[in-house]
This record gives sequence, C-alpha cells and structure tokens, in this order.
Amino acid sequence: MDMSDLQAIKQHLIDPEICIRCNTCEAICPVAAITHDTRNYVVDADKCNLCMDCISPCPTGSIDNWRNMPRVGAYSVEEQLTWDELPPELTVEQLAELGVAADTPPVEAPVPQSAAGVPDSFNSAQYGATLPPWSAAHAYTNLYGPKAAEKTITATVAGNVRVTAVGHEYDTHHVVLDFGSLPLPVLEGQSIGIIPRGVDASGRPHHARQYSVASPRNGERPGYNNLSLTIKRVLQDHQGNAVRGVGSNYMCDLQVGDKVQVIGPFGASFLMPNQPRSHIVMICTGTGSAPMRAMTEWRRRLRQSGKFEGGKLMLFFGARTKEELPYFGPLQNLPKDFIDINFAFSRTPEQPKRYVQDLMRERAADLADLLADSNTYFYVCGLKSMEEGVVLALRDVAQQAGLSWETMGAALKAEGRLHLETY
Amino acid sequence: MSSITYSDKIPNNVNLSEDRTLQRALEQWQPNYLKWWGDMGPDDSQNFDVYLRTAVSVDPQGWAQFGHVKMPDYRWGIFLNPAEKDRKIHFGDHKGEDAWQDVPGEYRANLRRIIVTQGDTEPASVEQQRHLGLTAPSQYDLRNLFQVNVEEGRHLWAMVYLLHKYFGRDGREEGEALLARRSGQENNPRILQAFNEETPDWLSFFMFTYFTDRDGKFQLCALAESSFDPLARTTKFMLTEEAHHMFVGESGISRIIQRTCQAMNEMKTDDVSKLRAAGVIDLPTIQRYLNFHFSVTIDLFGADESSNAATFYNTGLKGRFEEGKRMDDHQLKGGTYKVLNVQGGQLVEKEVPMLNALNEVLRDDYIKDSIGGVERWNKVIEKSGIPFKLKVPHKAFHRNIGALAQVKVSPEGRVLSDAEWKANVDNWLPSETDRAFVGSLMGRVVEAGKFANWIAPPMLGINRQSADFEYVRFN
Repeated sequence: MDMSDLQAIKQHLIDPEICIRCNTCEAICPVAAITHDTRNYVVDADKCNLCMDCISPCPTGSIDNWRNMPRVGAYSVEEQLTWDELPPELTVEQLAELGVAADTPPVEAPVPQSAAGVPDSFNSAQYGATLPPWSAAHAYTNLYGPKAAEKTITATVAGNVRVTAVGHEYDTHHVVLDFGSLPLPVLEGQSIGIIPRGVDASGRPHHARQYSVASPRNGERPGYNNLSLTIKRVLQDHQGNAVRGVGSNYMCDLQVGDKVQVIGPFGASFLMPNQPRSHIVMICTGTGSAPMRAMTEWRRRLRQSGKFEGGKLMLFFGARTKEELPYFGPLQNLPKDFIDINFAFSRTPEQPKRYVQDLMRERAADLADLLADSNTYFYVCGLKSMEEGVVLALRDVAQQAGLSWETMGAALKAEGRLHLETY
Repeated sequence: MSSITYSDKIPNNVNLSEDRTLQRALEQWQPNYLKWWGDMGPDDSQNFDVYLRTAVSVDPQGWAQFGHVKMPDYRWGIFLNPAEKDRKIHFGDHKGEDAWQDVPGEYRANLRRIIVTQGDTEPASVEQQRHLGLTAPSQYDLRNLFQVNVEEGRHLWAMVYLLHKYFGRDGREEGEALLARRSGQENNPRILQAFNEETPDWLSFFMFTYFTDRDGKFQLCALAESSFDPLARTTKFMLTEEAHHMFVGESGISRIIQRTCQAMNEMKTDDVSKLRAAGVIDLPTIQRYLNFHFSVTIDLFGADESSNAATFYNTGLKGRFEEGKRMDDHQLKGGTYKVLNVQGGQLVEKEVPMLNALNEVLRDDYIKDSIGGVERWNKVIEKSGIPFKLKVPHKAFHRNIGALAQVKVSPEGRVLSDAEWKANVDNWLPSETDRAFVGSLMGRVVEAGKFANWIAPPMLGINRQSADFEYVRFN
C-alpha cells in the first residue's frame, strides 16, 4: 500500500430510496461514470470526476449524496447495485481503522482533461475551488438575514462618488456604508446584500441584491466600521433592451446620510491568503474589480506598515474603454513594483479588440512561473462570458510550459488556489 | 453550448429570428395558445408566484434554474438538444445513412401522424389536471402540479414547432387542431383514450404521473432514436423534463403509502373502514387505482401486432427503447417475439414476426420499468412491518386495445366469464364508493410546511429547499 492508497476521497453516491431511475443522470454524465441495472443507478468512483453536471438536472435530489471514504475502500459499483438504502457515514473511528486519519482532508478526484480538448466541451466551472486558501482569515457569514436572529442591519451612507468618467453612458459609483457601532466584520472577497427600499410591481418588498465588498477588512477608512461597494447603474438588460435595475439605481441614487438595510456577509471561499509571501493574480471585468480593489488595498496597507514580504500582485482588468473602467486613475498611481497591471479594452476606437485572456496569453511566461508556484492564488470576477476564456488561457499557459493541466487543474481546485465568481 | 434566446417573443435556441416566415407563423399560433392556456390551464392560479424550474440553456448547468414566476409568464419555448455531429441512422432499412435534417417526402404522412399523436397528449394532460390546484394537499404538491403543467405546455410547443417548420400548411392546420381538441369532450376528444379519462383527485394524479407519464418516457425514448434529427433532438430535451413528472407520481404514491402505514401502525389495524374513518387511503384502494391506471396506460402502446409499428421501425421513424444500447442487427428481419393471444377462450402465447410485435416489445420494456417502482413502494410497506404487497396486474387485465380487448381476465391472469367479471370488478378497479371516498379527502392545504392528513411530507424539498419553503406565493 502506498501513500495514495491512504487518501480519503469524497465519494459520490445516489440514494436508492429516493431515486426514481429516470436515467437523466446517466444520459447527462459526460464521463459515463453512471450506470444502472434493473435495481439501482450507481456512480463508479473510479470514473466520476465530480463535475456536478448530474446534480441540477436530477428531479429528485437523490443524486446529491457524498461520503468520505478511503480511496482503496470506496464502495464498488457491484456493492452499490445491491443497496436498498445508503449506508451511514463512516465514523472517525471507522475511518481510522481503514487507515484514514481524522484530519486527512478528502481529496477530490483528479479533473480529467476535456474529452477532445476542444473549447466547446470545456467546463471551466469544474476547476473553481470551494475551499479558501489555507492561510485565509476566518470569514463570518450570514450574521444578518432571514435565518439569523437579526434580519437586517442598518447602514448609513457615508459617501457616494462616481468612479468612471463623467458624461459617459456608463455610470459606476463607489458607495461607502457606515455601520456605526453595530458589528459587520467582512473580509476582502466577501459580499453583502442590500434590500432596496419600496415594493415591486405586485406590492411585495424587493428581494436583496448582492454586491462584492470593495474595501479591505479594516474599513474603507482604516479603523472605521465602514465598507465600500462598486455599483454600476443598470439601464439595459443583457439583450440591450431598456430596463432600470432596481438595486443598482437605488444604490447609485443614494445621498449621504440615507439609511440602507443590509444582510450578510456572504462567501467563505473567495478569500485572500494571509500568508504575506503568497502571490495573487486577479482577473476581472467592470465591477468585478470590487474584490480585487479590496485585496490590493489590504496589501497596500500591509506594505505601508512594513508587514508585506514581497508576494507579487498581478492584475488583468478588462473594460470596453478606459473611460468605463472603474478606479482607472487611482490604479495608475500605484507603484509598479507593487502591482503589475494589465488593461484590456475591447472597444477603443481604431484599436483591435483586446480581452483579458489575450493579455494573459501575452504574459504567459510570467503566469507559468506563478502557476507552478503553490503560493500563487488566482481570482476571477466579472461577466460569466469571460470565465471559460480565462480558464482556457490558464490551461494553455500551463501546457505550453510543459505542466500537466490535468494535475494542475485538480491542484488549483483542491488547494483553494483558483476562485471563480462570475455572473 | 446552446443558450436560449429569451429576447424573442418565442424563447428558442433554434435561431428562430433567422426564419421570418416560420417566426410569423408561430407568432400567429401563440395568441391562440395563450388563450387555450387561459381557458384550460390550472384554475384560479394566474396570479400566483410559483417556484418554477426554467431552462436558460440546454446544457446541465443551464436547464434547471429556479425562481418564483407567474405561470402565464413562464417562458414556454422551443429548445432542442445540441446537434450531434454527423449523426447516422442506426436502425431500419436506412441504417448507416446520414440522419435526416428534413422530412423525406415518402415518410411525410407517417411522421406527421407520429408528431401529432405525441403532441396531442401534452395539452391533454394540462386539461386533465386543471381542477387539481383547488384540492392540493400542500404547497409543495401544488408547486409540483404547476411545474408539470407548464412543462406539458412547453412540450406542446416543441411538437408544434416541428409541425410548423417541417410540414407547411398541413403542419399549421394540425397545430391549430391541437388547440381545438379537448380532453374528455364528446365531439372533439383527444386522440388517445387514456388522455380522455378524468383525473378527479390527487391519488389519480399521482397514478397518472407515475404510470402514464412513464409511457411518455418510453414513447419519447423511442422517438429520440428517430432518423429525423430534429425530432430526436426535441424529444431528448423533453425527456429531461418528463423525469420530474414521473418523480411527482412515484414519490406522491410513496408518501401516501407511508402515511397509511403510519396510521395502520398507530391504530394497530388493517380494517379498511377504521382507516378510512381516520382519513387515510387504505392499501386495497391504492391497489385498485394502480390496477386501473396500469391497464389504461399499457393500452397506449397500441395493438400487440401492428404493421404500422413495423413500418415506423423499418423506415427509421421510431426506434425501440434504448435502441443504441441493444446488441443486435437493428433490422430485426428474421426475429420473432411472443405475444399474448386468445384462443378458445384461453390466453396463449404466439410467435409473431419481431417487426410486427414492436408495440409489444415497448410495452414489455415499460412493464418491467413500472414493476421496479412498485417494488420500491413495497419497500415502504415492508419497512413499516406490514404484510401487504402491491402488484401490477396481469398484462391481459382490463384491456381495451388489441386481441386482449375481447376477453375478461382477472388481475392474476385467469380468463373469466362476464358474470365472474361483473361480480368482482369492484374488488379490482376503483368503484364509485372508492372514488367518492378518495374525493372526500381532497381539501386544500396551502399553509407553508403543512400537509393533508392522508399524505406524508417529502423526504427532500425541491431544489433542496426546506419543508416550510414558500413554494407558491398567493398574491
């Protein structure tokens, strides 16, 4: 038995008591890991790559079951085919007997390369981590909300300034909220929810809208109990039809002194490493820059206080034009030896369209070094349409550098090194 | 991946806006559809916000998005699974040739007939279920009923798209006729008899979604093998939605059984009158409903011997269930199959050419699949320690189509005289008293997290929501 035999895995199982044997999961599984006989539908642990494609199409919820198991002792297909109900979870003692220590984190199955290596079968989301970096600070979540003791917390607007060029059709605001003496601890990368004032067309209170925090953990102004948000006024839907975004217009129109109802904080994985030698690669578009601003600013404050030990910061930032890029001016003023900034503009007149992934390919040599360094953490935030291109660019960078993307992709996910937050 | 355009008047992932003639034709059909939905959709429910599942694309990440939507605003549309590159015909006389992207002239009439028959069942379900919202046993169940309803409506769209796009004027006329027929109406009924039966109570609804929607699964699976590629791609996507309908039925009956067994154990009795007095549905009544729905549904597969079925297979219009997974020559010229027949008042097995027995093959596949689920219900009874087993009746029981329609057979498969049948029919099929009793339990329970006395709560909420989640917001 070698060390890999002692690893724990998260084994995917189907609950035979709830499953209706409709075949949806088997039809949808891209790696043919699901099979059945006349009795049960089961998942082959050797084939399942935890891509989760089967989860949402299952009409019953029976598909969503997981067990920590030693790799060598995973339930076989044959065994699962005899089940009438799921076995109970193994206890810590039982796992220990099988050679798995209580503190062994389960590793997820290796992420195989997409079948034909073609972009349209590439599933970028499967590489996103659900765990934070090992050195991240502890995040508090859901302190205020429908299930919390306090449903909302009241904030006072302490500032509302426009951060894109004035006079342009796009209007992005930097809104500062102050919580006075009430607690709302947040970390860079977390988000909060705002409940817009008023009611919707059918007379019901509006749903909360979620925004990433754009300020560092010790406040927009250090030592104050406040935070900032980056909010773009929405006046068109994705198809370009006129629509007035409820949350964004409410927030952009706020005046200093107004009160706002807040819920949250949310998010426990898109968090920055605390370890001061770690490198951070940030890739964003538009208001996806909010968490990047928070991380950059926290590192800048650490550097000022002498606690920064040389971890690299690299930023890939995309917008249609530089006028539409939030914080363009302040970003330009940061020292070059502190942050390596790469802007991509897709609509600059008489210039070819450039996207963040184009810049990433241009910087492949630097990115390859960072990818290979386990102290590097990658953060992607912005429009959903950028996600696949960005992860594909990372894959190509790795492969050109002779790194196995199969190993690298799985490590980025398992070690909490690649975080995707796109919308 | 194929994302769905919701900015068009008719949501679709088939680039509808590039075919202006088709778009106009469908846009002319749409107001009639909406009017039909207004008239025949669920009673008194136009203004509720329902927690519905809507597809935003046909890939795994996109097709199950949940949110509260008013049913008339549900985004019914035309969604096809992504095309398989260079797909080949894999059965029948054209095996090995390229799959058809258009309708071959010689098969036009048969294809149209298949599509119209399938299409007709979809609005029929909506019509059969329209009164059930008023007697839902919980918000969870009400939401499931509405989900089934909107998806049946969408499946009608799927078939009407094929009719309009590929069958010209005939197709448009058939599309209109689909909105003109009504389930159970004497002078203009739905095409298939099971879809003219009433679904007056929730036990019937669950039996219907278990048995009859499972027929849908088998028919759709057979059509998903079709050489006519647009039909194959449409039905593949419909199958993913159909799975939820079967789930509603299977889990619904399972929950009724669970509640009954719980009452039997609490009261320590299997006395039907005591159980009925306690407001739960006794197991023998469940068995009689099962007998009825099973037998009516297996009639849907058509006559045991059918030259049409042979033609549909030979010409590549409709395959067998899981045709692609079967290990034979996929032409079936020399094979035979055993079908039941009546000779001298007795049931006998008879060998017939396989091609002529394809309805029977599909029916037998269906029966095997149905029995699996009934066995899972039996597990619930067994776990409660009650010595009772539900059974599907004999294939020849209560049949109205094919050779078996001429004979009366008991649930065990014994041929009976008319007198014997009459004397026992109320033991085998739901009687007026049974239906009246079940009907008497149907009262509306819609407070979040509450369930009617005759049914247990589900093991899991939809989309993993909690038991007291507000599935329906009554505005």
